[in-house]
Amino acid sequence: MVNLKIDDKKVCVPEGTTILDAAKQAGIDIPTLCFLKDINEVGDCRMCIVEVEGRRGFATSCIQTVEEGMVVHTHTPNVLEARHMILDLIISNHSKDCLTCTRSGNCELQDLAIKFNVLDIEFQGERTEHKIDDKSPSIVRDFNKCILCRRCVATCKNVQNIGAIDCIGRGFESCISTTYDHSLNDVNCTFCGQCIEACPTGALHEKENINDVWAKLKDPDTFVVVQTAPSVRVALGEEFGMEIGTNVTGKMVSALKHLGFDKVFDTNTGADFTIMEEATEFVKRFKENDNLPMTTSCCPGWVRFAEMEYPENLPHLSSCKSPHQMFGAIIKSYYAEKNNIDPSKIYVVSVMPCIAKKYESKREEMEVDGIRDVDAVITTRELSRMIKQANIEFDKLEDDTFDNPMGEATGAAAIFGVTGGVMEAALRTAYELITGEELQKLEFEDIRGEKGIKKATVKIGDKDVKVAVTHGLKNARKIMEEIKNGTADYSFVEVMACPGGCIMGGGQPIKNSKIRMTTDVGAKRAAAMYSIDERSTIRKSHENPVLKQIYKDYIGKPGEHKAHELLHTHYTPMEEYRI
Amino acid sequence: MCECVENKIRQEVNELMQPYKQEKDNLIQILNDIQERYGHIPKVAQEEVSKYLGVPMAEIYGVITFYARFTLEPKGKYNISVCLGTACFVKGSQAILDRLKERLNLEEGKTSADGKFSIDTTRCVGACGIAPVFTVNDEVYGHATVKKLDEVLDQLEKIEK
Amino acid sequence: MKTVEELNKIRAEKRIELDLRKNTNADTREKHILVCQGTGCTSSKSPQILENFKKIIEEKGIKNVRVIKTGCFGLCAKGPIVIIRPEDTFYAQVTPEDCEEIIQSHIIEGKVVDRLLCKDIDGTKVTKLDDLTFYKKQKRIALKNCGVINPEDIDEYIAFDGYRALARVLIEMTQDEVIETIDKSGLRGRGGAGFPTGKKWRATKDAKGDTKYVVCNADEGDPGAFMDRSILEGDPHAVLEAMEIAGYAVGAEKGYIYVRAEYPIAVHRLQIAIDQAREYGILGKNIFGTDFSFDIEIRLGAGAFVCGEETALLESIEGRRGQPRVKPPYPAQSGLWGCPTLINNVETYANVAQIILKGADWYSAIGTATSKGTKVFALGGNVNNVGLVEVPMGTTLREIVFDIGGGIPNGREFKAAQTGGPSGGCIPKEHLDTPIDYESLKEIGSMMGSGGLIVMDDTKCMVCLAKFYLQFTVSESCGKCTPCRIGTKRMLEILERLCSGEGDEYDIYKLEKLAANIKKASICGLGQSAPNPVISTMKYFREEFRQHAIEKECKAMECKALSRIEIDEEKCKSCGLCQKNCPVNAIEGEGREKRHINQDKCIKCTTCIRSCPFHAIG
Ligand SMILES: Cc1cc2nc3c(=O)[nH]c(=O)nc-3n(C[C@H](O)[C@H](O)[C@H](O)COP(=O)(O)O)c2cc1C
Ligand code: SF4
Ligand code: SF4
Ligand code: SF4
Ligand code: SF4
Ligand code: SF4
Ligand code: SF4
Ligand code: SF4
Ligand code: SF4
Ligand code: FES
Ligand code: FES
Ligand code: FES
Repeated sequence: MVNLKIDDKKVCVPEGTTILDAAKQAGIDIPTLCFLKDINEVGDCRMCIVEVEGRRGFATSCIQTVEEGMVVHTHTPNVLEARHMILDLIISNHSKDCLTCTRSGNCELQDLAIKFNVLDIEFQGERTEHKIDDKSPSIVRDFNKCILCRRCVATCKNVQNIGAIDCIGRGFESCISTTYDHSLNDVNCTFCGQCIEACPTGALHEKENINDVWAKLKDPDTFVVVQTAPSVRVALGEEFGMEIGTNVTGKMVSALKHLGFDKVFDTNTGADFTIMEEATEFVKRFKENDNLPMTTSCCPGWVRFAEMEYPENLPHLSSCKSPHQMFGAIIKSYYAEKNNIDPSKIYVVSVMPCIAKKYESKREEMEVDGIRDVDAVITTRELSRMIKQANIEFDKLEDDTFDNPMGEATGAAAIFGVTGGVMEAALRTAYELITGEELQKLEFEDIRGEKGIKKATVKIGDKDVKVAVTHGLKNARKIMEEIKNGTADYSFVEVMACPGGCIMGGGQPIKNSKIRMTTDVGAKRAAAMYSIDERSTIRKSHENPVLKQIYKDYIGKPGEHKAHELLHTHYTPMEEYRI
Repeated sequence: MCECVENKIRQEVNELMQPYKQEKDNLIQILNDIQERYGHIPKVAQEEVSKYLGVPMAEIYGVITFYARFTLEPKGKYNISVCLGTACFVKGSQAILDRLKERLNLEEGKTSADGKFSIDTTRCVGACGIAPVFTVNDEVYGHATVKKLDEVLDQLEKIEK
Repeated sequence: MKTVEELNKIRAEKRIELDLRKNTNADTREKHILVCQGTGCTSSKSPQILENFKKIIEEKGIKNVRVIKTGCFGLCAKGPIVIIRPEDTFYAQVTPEDCEEIIQSHIIEGKVVDRLLCKDIDGTKVTKLDDLTFYKKQKRIALKNCGVINPEDIDEYIAFDGYRALARVLIEMTQDEVIETIDKSGLRGRGGAGFPTGKKWRATKDAKGDTKYVVCNADEGDPGAFMDRSILEGDPHAVLEAMEIAGYAVGAEKGYIYVRAEYPIAVHRLQIAIDQAREYGILGKNIFGTDFSFDIEIRLGAGAFVCGEETALLESIEGRRGQPRVKPPYPAQSGLWGCPTLINNVETYANVAQIILKGADWYSAIGTATSKGTKVFALGGNVNNVGLVEVPMGTTLREIVFDIGGGIPNGREFKAAQTGGPSGGCIPKEHLDTPIDYESLKEIGSMMGSGGLIVMDDTKCMVCLAKFYLQFTVSESCGKCTPCRIGTKRMLEILERLCSGEGDEYDIYKLEKLAANIKKASICGLGQSAPNPVISTMKYFREEFRQHAIEKECKAMECKALSRIEIDEEKCKSCGLCQKNCPVNAIEGEGREKRHINQDKCIKCTTCIRSCPFHAIG
């Protein structure tokens, strides 16, 4: 343990603790900008500087560690003057468009400007100018708002191991960009959106599709159906000041109805379809030893990654579409037929925790007979904005329930959004499909939790089935290398591009670095998901009565012709750099 | 660039990288070799380096744009570089640079449309003893004056006509 | 080579052969023609001179004469330089065409070629190198072999005690004894900050870790400085030997020399030196039969000044953008790939072998109380003798500028000297008698830096100079941290405003505020010292800043927008020289007429000011 003094408070912390952390433990807050715990600890913004007695210049509290007997002052007039100047300088090269900025209200730069009472810019001067990159369907880069904290670069390079973006140029001209300044659309970006979650400002954000949705809601001739992904309900509340990990399913449905959607369905039902198809496919491939391990395919970020970087491994991917695409296809076929609606008049909106899903829905394969599966994808954040625009007082809403018949879903589908969830759900079904016996313990603890690669061996009948679960593309890459080298000895692998799974997707509410420093956001959202599963009466996809009905009435058997037409897809190798 | 030229570069770059271990710390050494060889670092060369070392393209681009010696475009046939080191500056090299820009109607770091001339600045070529200094490709002109520059330019222009 | 005995044998044999290099009375019929192949001379055709000598000697079948390529002699302004030993005749500004005459007259006929002798400051011709005032006050330790030996021949290095210190260290001394010796000598880092070298070695030795590295910082980014380059070009083995000694002392087996790719000659000679040392077994496994092994690799920089900063340099060696790391931890604790790493400058290393051989006491007897030994300066700017000088610490600026440097050319006045490059500051007239050492330079607002020493005469505008340095730091800032990335840019913008007449009083205040905070809040030395040139010029030449801001006047007439170049009719002698030199024919008047400047045409290049022998233009 190390003893030190911070602002006259005695503090005792373990060796290796940063000054910032030690101060936090003593209840003293030091402003930060570039710091993102465990991800970006480089000390470049200089907001967190403090004075340490006996040391020349300032100490960088976010990365420098405590020393025995250290005397730290965090808010001396010298420190304040320097911080004020740094902030002034950052703002002098910033577009200052708060009124029209998607991050207004949840912007770490804006927060500091308010805190420091920045009323004018003392050191005005030239501003670097960048064109806005909005070519991709998923992500927009507006580097006129970038403060060069490099949180995105660290996330993309070190957490995801993609490296689509990096710091380019040097000095005043430096900026974050891609190779040759191409659009993210045309380089190795997977659209996982993790960089957006890391960004303290509005420099990176999703491509908004709110206005497309409003336009359709206005049109009386369009039947607008909305579906919401499993992860949205455990995070949406955060945008309205609720605790992280609050399940707001009822209020969310209620809000969607207020917004005027004709039907409010649950993507979880789509997830049950995915399980049915995927488990069936797996059982078949397992028996035939066909391209094992089979990997999941419900994450479009992962699919894009595989298409670009591991084309030789594509036969390992399951051919299943992702839940919302499957569900869109069913709404526009089965549901339309049943209710006598012209499928071309149906407009399916998916509310997703994900920005890659925006891209996925635009992929050319994602249609059946010229009818697009899904017409618009909006993120959890965008939904919250729509609710705010409509002036709905979210916290005061009464709970409501999804519309039937497509609002019925199982506990298995509910956990889709957390890493290990898809595998767990699939195993529940595969077990019973193979053995014909009832599974005694539904929880597969080995594949839960935050470890990057989780492995388990499941006894199904007389067979030992080895499975692996991985999340975050850095870990996915490891698995891909194993598959490529032929050293992977598993049969089934779940892959999610986002660390933590979709609950931590690129379209989820953004938590600032202070929250991420002290709270395990992923664990809280995951806990909410698992509790939905626990409280469900039906917890296995193949027991979903709605599914049973639809397979019986319309699709036939999983994996057969009609199912393939509606619910499966294929993959194409893609150059990493396409310009 | 046509495909056969590209393929040739790819092959040459792979040969050039052979002596280096496939370790990231060789990146700058390899880029130096490529710059030396082609007078710039072609994009296809970057792609090969990216594959060889497992370094993403964006990072390579970041490295190239960080180090002044690396260029993305070929320099002019005559790369005229004025030393802006302190010794040369104090002896009036700024005036020489200004004049050069005016004469060629070019900015620093740019190449003329016909590919003949490009302007560069350096920070001390180590010939401070004969400051101010400018260089045309590898030739060093010491004790430079605006007039001397004019003469050199006149001569180069004459050769080109 | 396996043993120390073999080393001693080579030394003994070679020493006799090379005696004439250092001994003017050597009893020999041989002559060595030394031709400088340093960068300065190389750029004025010295390779051609070397070739010509060889050809002529061969053609004429002359015996007993060897032509030797050497590193820089220091007096580059008078280059290309040729020295004939043992008599030590010093020929300056030799051209390839002069070779014939030198051979014929000097070698064959024994007559010195008078017209090629170097003129001293007072105009007298000097025969011997050592008689030049330029060399008289110098003391050469780091440069002792530069211009004496052939840097591409390891035997010549060995002849003058090369690798003897390494042998002594490996055979006779413990790690601690080596560190102790360096510590006691008082040697401090020559790369800029002057950190005690012994302490750094100790810290690296004591740091936890099995793998350690030794790095030589040969980036030499200071514009207008070329000390390290000259050492590498003239005496590369001295650096290798010292790195090995350091490796032994701190427990490292691998060394890197980080040198700029812009120094092709230095890189080439270093590579030759490494290859030769490997061949001799002086680099590699089990050196001199001991269990110490050490190897050295060259890493090239690629044109980024900031890579001279030690942590940026490490990043660059690791293959990344040269963006500095926050310190502490220092490289001695966590350097290359996180391992303890010793980083020293070229010139620091160049002192090490001498200290080991001659002892800590010998070294610490040279210099001042806190700064021991000598320092090499690259003397440049408005001074007569431009070149490399090595003087004991404590020598005054006046001695360097006026005695060694021969004063200011063209009868101009001394205005200021700049040391420490872009991190340093300006020293005005009133401090000319300051003895130069680390502390006293800091006290007067400058710093030692790596040794660039630029002299400025009274035609220099100090605001402009400050702007020049800021331009440099702005374009060389790595861009990692806010204060330096944006702050220095804002300072530059203000200086540009002042120089173009758009500044105001408030700008001076803003400059001060920016300077103070950038210094304190930046990550690395570049940002922390970038404001220094502004702070020091504002301190000593505040009036000039005021004139620019308020009176909109640049008295030195460097700021074009604030100056009018005119000819004083009283002083003009109608010689017409200015007219001849004006690039745009802006000067009018013929024959006996007094000249005057057509202001519409004048581009204010100031050429005429410098070309008027009567100082009539201003
Ligand atoms: C911006 C900057 C540039 C530097 N450039 C050099 C350089 O070119 N050469 C050098 O030896 N040290 C340079 N240094 C100093 C090094 O960081 C380091 O202190 C030095 O190499 C240590 O060696 P020494 O103790 O032998 O001086 C520079 C420092 C800064 C902040
Ligand atoms: S990024 Fe933040 S500070 Fe900048 S315009 Fe947006 S809300 Fe305002
Ligand atoms: S008063 Fe200020 S904060 Fe309020 S709307 Fe106007 S500009 Fe915005
Ligand atoms: S979306 Fe993902 S892959 Fe693309 S730049 Fe951001 S972090 Fe990298
Ligand atoms: S885009 Fe955002 S995260 Fe990336 S450097 Fe800029 S401000 Fe930081
Ligand atoms: S893990 Fe989920 S949120 Fe993240 S990219 Fe994949 S599907 Fe989208
Ligand atoms: S002070 Fe300048 S050079 Fe140093 S880290 Fe900061 S931006 Fe880079
Ligand atoms: S300043 Fe230059 S352009 Fe003007 S008169 Fe003098 S030499 Fe001619
Ligand atoms: S050089 Fe001087 S003296 Fe000669 S004409 Fe010009 S101004 Fe007159
Ligand atoms: S430097 Fe510590 S938060 Fe940016
Ligand atoms: S400053 Fe120009 S050559 Fe050194
Ligand atoms: S380069 Fe020849 S004397 Fe300096």
